[in-house]
Amino acid sequence: MSTKMKFATDLEKSVLINNFEKRGWTQVSADEDWNFYWTNVNTTRSIFSLENGYRLSDDQIINHFPNHYELTRKDLMVKNIKRFRKELDKESHPLAEKDENGRYVHLDSIPVTFLLPADYNLFVEEFRKNPSSTWIMKPCGKARGIGIFLINKLSQIKKWSRDSRSSSFVAPAAKDAYVISRYIDNPLLIGGKKFDLRMYVLVTSYRPLKCYMYRLGFCRFCTVKYTQSTNELDNMFVHLTNVSIQKHGEEYNPVHGGKWTISNLRLYLEGTRGKQVTDKLFDEINWLTVMSLKAVSSTMANDRHCFEVYGYDIIIDDKLKPWLIEVGF
Amino acid sequence: MDPKINEIAASISEIVKKLNGSTLYSQLKRAAQKEVEKPTASLATLKTDVVEALKTSGWDRLLRNKIFAYLSSCQASLDQSLPFECQKEPLMYMRKAQANWERRILKSMNSMCTELSIPLARKRPPEEQRALLHKWNEMGTEEPDLSHFRPVYAPKDFLEVIISLRNPNYCGLLGPEVDEKPSGGHWGLIQVPLEIPKLKDLQNQFSEFAHGHGHAGVDDNLDVPSEAFQNERNKIAKKVLDEKRSVLAQYFCRNGCPSGHRAEIWQLALGVTVNHLDVLKYEQLKGYVLQHDLLVDSLIYKDVKLTAVNDDYYFVFEDYLYQVLLVFSRDTSVLNHFAQSSAMPPKSFIRGKLGQDEYAVVYPPNGVIPFHGFSMYATPLCYLYAEPVGLYYIFRQFYTRYFHRLHAISSHPQGIVSLCLLFETTLQSLHPRLCRHLQEIGCQPLKIAFKWLVRAFAGYLATEQLLLLWDRVIGYGNLLLLPILAVAIFLFRQSNLFLITSASGVEASLADITTLHVVPLIQLVLFPT
Repeated sequence: MSTKMKFATDLEKSVLINNFEKRGWTQVSADEDWNFYWTNVNTTRSIFSLENGYRLSDDQIINHFPNHYELTRKDLMVKNIKRFRKELDKESHPLAEKDENGRYVHLDSIPVTFLLPADYNLFVEEFRKNPSSTWIMKPCGKARGIGIFLINKLSQIKKWSRDSRSSSFVAPAAKDAYVISRYIDNPLLIGGKKFDLRMYVLVTSYRPLKCYMYRLGFCRFCTVKYTQSTNELDNMFVHLTNVSIQKHGEEYNPVHGGKWTISNLRLYLEGTRGKQVTDKLFDEINWLTVMSLKAVSSTMANDRHCFEVYGYDIIIDDKLKPWLIEVGF
Repeated sequence: MDPKINEIAASISEIVKKLNGSTLYSQLKRAAQKEVEKPTASLATLKTDVVEALKTSGWDRLLRNKIFAYLSSCQASLDQSLPFECQKEPLMYMRKAQANWERRILKSMNSMCTELSIPLARKRPPEEQRALLHKWNEMGTEEPDLSHFRPVYAPKDFLEVIISLRNPNYCGLLGPEVDEKPSGGHWGLIQVPLEIPKLKDLQNQFSEFAHGHGHAGVDDNLDVPSEAFQNERNKIAKKVLDEKRSVLAQYFCRNGCPSGHRAEIWQLALGVTVNHLDVLKYEQLKGYVLQHDLLVDSLIYKDVKLTAVNDDYYFVFEDYLYQVLLVFSRDTSVLNHFAQSSAMPPKSFIRGKLGQDEYAVVYPPNGVIPFHGFSMYATPLCYLYAEPVGLYYIFRQFYTRYFHRLHAISSHPQGIVSLCLLFETTLQSLHPRLCRHLQEIGCQPLKIAFKWLVRAFAGYLATEQLLLLWDRVIGYGNLLLLPILAVAIFLFRQSNLFLITSASGVEASLADITTLHVVPLIQLVLFPT
């Protein structure tokens, strides 16, 4: 029997195909007998759907977990992390340790977040504690910075207050659901510019948790100067660092794409802040990813035919604390 | 009388003169007076008591550091009996060449002015001053039309001038006819017989590179499991910083600084402090930038946009570079360094008074006209100093102590001409076969290495490696390691170079040196076994 690996792919991208072919794999179509399938999410859904009756054999793997959205949808990720915290709290696990303000010491990796419209009232309570704070509204089902906006007044989200008062208990569909998070208004600036981190994490199994961090993550810089002034709240170029948005800013430079390697970041932080705090920061980033994976590991279908690569978006604030913003695939 | 003693006496009086006028002097005086006013003071032991008190309270260290800084920045003590221009540069043909070069640069700048009909300097109207102040932290977002500006010169123009230098008094062993030919006398491009150190002298001078000494850049590699070397260096670094003595910090740099302490150690070693007076001075210079728009400003903009903005490592710091370089060009204290250099600050004349000395002004105020790539002297420092004022003062110190020698024609042993000659002769003596091969394919190694030397490798090496290299520049207080590294790079890539059959192929092969490690390469040349 031939031992040549056969791969199929839904995405015709050279970065994928070159990689597979370099290993001596041959490309086949999805209907044929493949060993490795790089799918898009629709295909994954249909492969695992109950009506399909599709059974993956022992020598086949695909690149998504069936319910990856537990981690990659903004509202579900937040739900899972909050649930994880409560569980640890209940068993008085040392990880659930809290400080004198009631904040979690080790599980404080995501900014305060609420689901809308379901948690609207909880959100208002939190908002009123700090009325001068800024919050960021993100639609659950979209990526690449589409549909995101900032608010600093309750009136700006009147719509969701109306929705929450309706007595419907049905959770909204992904396309109507939003999450609202505390905006990090003290990001670490380098050269006066705001940036975020993109780290890639590979998960080959959830129970037991086996994950790998890719060494060549990168930083994406905002091409326009960061200012806190409220007039600028509408200027999405300043606040969002998704490369897709920055690509259309006037300052986008195609030579380096406004990106830095993680090693540059490390060199800069060691030189300007010292080695210890830099090491601590990178440790916290590693912990943050592990924690998020642990939080969803109980709900993830741990199908042994699956692996997945996630893109972690992380923002570092000026006290060198990393915050997990979202996880993409 | 022994000339050495004369020299020492001369430098001591120089330093005392400088100290008498400094802020440190008045601070010391005040501290001494405080001691005297104490009730425990007694007339009999007054002198010893005061001296003791100053020592224990730390003034002693500050004074030592200040003297060390003066000693390091004026290296050759000047023989007062010679005319000033001969003190700066003893060889007449060098003086002439430098003066010609300066005239060319100034002419080029003036003609750019007339072509574009812009004045060399222009007072900004109040609204423009306000607008610039508003945008001070983000000048990178300005998009002035720079298409008509060209850099005043690029390193390769400068190389042409250096290559054409000839000593009119020199006649080689093979007679004057041979010297006239382009490949006469010496094998390489530099045709002036300056004295340069031999390999043995270099080995003595840089003995810390011998194997057996631990070095940052080699022994702190993460692949090596034990972190003993790193931990030890960190411990020593803390001790050095606590001791607060510049000379110790400088010596520490010879084996490379641990990344977490490098910023402070460099400041200590170079005698750079940033107190509130320095901040005020910076603000004052910033005010000058706001008041007047200089042509040089556009040159700086253009240079940053052409070099730093397109560099993977440095594009982030674009705005800081403007805040440092524009202020730098207004800083007249930079003029002091011209006493150590063969160069003269360029002069311009108030409009309509051309040629009349009473109306001559130094232009730009700091006397330094930036060339293509000049901003790269400042870019690597952005990895150590996170805000513009600290960045400014360390950059200024680096430039006035070391980097100004890289773009002036002089016979100084650290001047660019000597460095080029050192590069060529060392390469020739270590690997004559490689030189022969390169010559046969029409490639002059200096043409490739020159850009590395002029920029002290900024923008060519990976930043981490560059910082390790500049550690040693500070540690040894000289630039001789630059040509040594350049030689090492050629030697390292020799197997590749032997296979290449064209000059452009050599250029391409050496275009990317970002993967190279500086310290093992230097060891390769100095201590090859």
